[in-house]
Amino acid sequence: MAKILEVNDLITRFYTFDGVVHALSGVSFDLDEGETLGIVGESGSGKSVTMMSLLHLLPTPPARIEGGKALFYSNRNEQNNNTDPVDLLQLDKSGIRKIRGGKIGFIFQDALSALNPVMTIGRQISETLIEHLGMTVDEAKKRSIELLEYVGIPEAEKRFSAYPHQFSGGMRQRTMIAVAIACNPEIIIADEPTTALDVTVQAQIIELVQRLKKEMKMSVIWITHDLGVVAGMADRVLVMYAGSAVEIAPVDDLFYNPGHPYTIKLLGALPKIGEEGQHRLESIDGTPPDLLSPPAHCQFAWRCPHAAEKCWQAVPAAREISPGHHAACFFDFAARRP
Amino acid sequence: MQKYIFSRLVQSLCILFGVLFIVFFMMQVTGDPVSLLLSRHATPQEVEEMREELGYNRPILIQFTSFVSRAVVGDFGRSFRHKQPAMDLIIERLPATVELAVTALLISLILGIPLGLISGSNPGSFWDVISRGTGLLGQTIPNFWLALILILVFSVNLGWFPSFGRETWHFMGLTLPTRSVILPAFSLSLFTMGQLIRFTRSAVLEIRSEDYVRTAYSKGIPDRKVYIRHILRNASIPLISIVGVQFGYLLSGSIYIETIFSWPGLGNLLAESIGNRDFALVQAIAFFSSFVVVTLNLLTDIAYGLADPRIRYE
Repeated sequence: MAKILEVNDLITRFYTFDGVVHALSGVSFDLDEGETLGIVGESGSGKSVTMMSLLHLLPTPPARIEGGKALFYSNRNEQNNNTDPVDLLQLDKSGIRKIRGGKIGFIFQDALSALNPVMTIGRQISETLIEHLGMTVDEAKKRSIELLEYVGIPEAEKRFSAYPHQFSGGMRQRTMIAVAIACNPEIIIADEPTTALDVTVQAQIIELVQRLKKEMKMSVIWITHDLGVVAGMADRVLVMYAGSAVEIAPVDDLFYNPGHPYTIKLLGALPKIGEEGQHRLESIDGTPPDLLSPPAHCQFAWRCPHAAEKCWQAVPAAREISPGHHAACFFDFAARRP
Repeated sequence: MQKYIFSRLVQSLCILFGVLFIVFFMMQVTGDPVSLLLSRHATPQEVEEMREELGYNRPILIQFTSFVSRAVVGDFGRSFRHKQPAMDLIIERLPATVELAVTALLISLILGIPLGLISGSNPGSFWDVISRGTGLLGQTIPNFWLALILILVFSVNLGWFPSFGRETWHFMGLTLPTRSVILPAFSLSLFTMGQLIRFTRSAVLEIRSEDYVRTAYSKGIPDRKVYIRHILRNASIPLISIVGVQFGYLLSGSIYIETIFSWPGLGNLLAESIGNRDFALVQAIAFFSSFVVVTLNLLTDIAYGLADPRIRYE
């Protein structure tokens, strides 16, 4: 499969009054065409910051992208059949604006606060169409109603002039999705889109995105801290910890054969069906390192049950432990398993 | 929306009734008005006759009912001093105060909102420091002091503006303001301007970091449009209430400014009537000012509902 996005060694820092926060210290991953990549990790591990860095959505100052490359292999370039990748990080303001909402759509977590409360739903969708596709107001309205129907909002024509607060949580998230897919993007970045929803609605939204992905031939990056969601929908999973990518693997490989102690611990913390209430859930001792002064050794060392001498001396680089399965650990835990 | 307006209307009427109550009893507790009207040497019989004539010897509740029933049609009795109905005096002075208030409001809007916007969109910049400084000065400089300084500089030394009085320009049947309004209006506008700068700044700062602004950027909307459509529109909601309240105060007339500039408005009239213990007139002005404030608050609430759909549909 052809790559559509390749991120190399992305470094983002926040310059705050308390000091420099090393939010991302060299994150690398890639995304294939038509693939769903799940990104998991605890709060503050840099999942969202990674995505926001790519689209220049972080407030600068305090944020600064200090290194790395993010090559975007766009193949729906109508103007010129140029398949040379663009480095998203090097784009200027107007360059990145064309990508945002046009080639890469963003779905945010809490659709109530992510939609403008004083603007109609329809206007918020058509705004994007007018901006990117140069539609007239009427064309954009027609298309917006189609989009609303497409994402499963009944009576779309009537709902066009409704305000976000008149919608239910699920409908608002569907609206967000309509905004994100409005310009037929190649990549959808979903930043915890189901966290604020209850389980049944969550399932509907996941199903909707899966369907759209197939029908519109998009790639999806799905950020979550729900490993269950990832298991159900992702093709590959990236595990993040303290601003670095610690493991990336095809989904089955990750769940059955995790290669990084952090992933192993994370999976151990999941409740298992049929065993509820029989024993305590495992937890990971300690807390993530303070990103104001990140250690010069393995970030996970002081929480790791297997930490050895060399773990306290250097930061482990990512190694391929089986085809397509990389882990940033000195030891090969996957190999030790049957 | 109709329900919302109706409930606000009922609230406003209740407030106005409360004001009438206070205005009436305020007079009762400041002493016997008859003793003021007659000379110190009046005989008890004369006092009693006067009471009878003015109805002050009736039970208090009867007096209150008759006061309220006359007040609702705008009759607050005659001014002791001017020998004219109090309401007529107010109507006569109103245009001057309206002219001053509207000019002051315009000055504060034109200066305050852009300064607040620039300041809020570039926190920490040179313009932010300037705007915040202006805002702080506006709210802390006593306006009567500033008025005196302005007179000294622009009237006495430079001679650009008259130092007192109201001059009007009659054109095609209209009474138009002249430059005489500039100095008093500027002194009056300063506090409102300071408040607008500070509120616009903080509203913009707060809304800039809202999730929906980030969404707007993520849709590829250019900065200028994000500011106009997403940030300003939302920032206008808190500003509406400040403008409404401030305009109410401005319209009730400023005693200091109108006195310093001998501006023939309501504030001047009020100062004078308090000095004369002209009860009917004080009552009428107090009620009229409350009426203006309450009406403006009602209009503000309606404007609020128009600007914010979340209120409109409740």
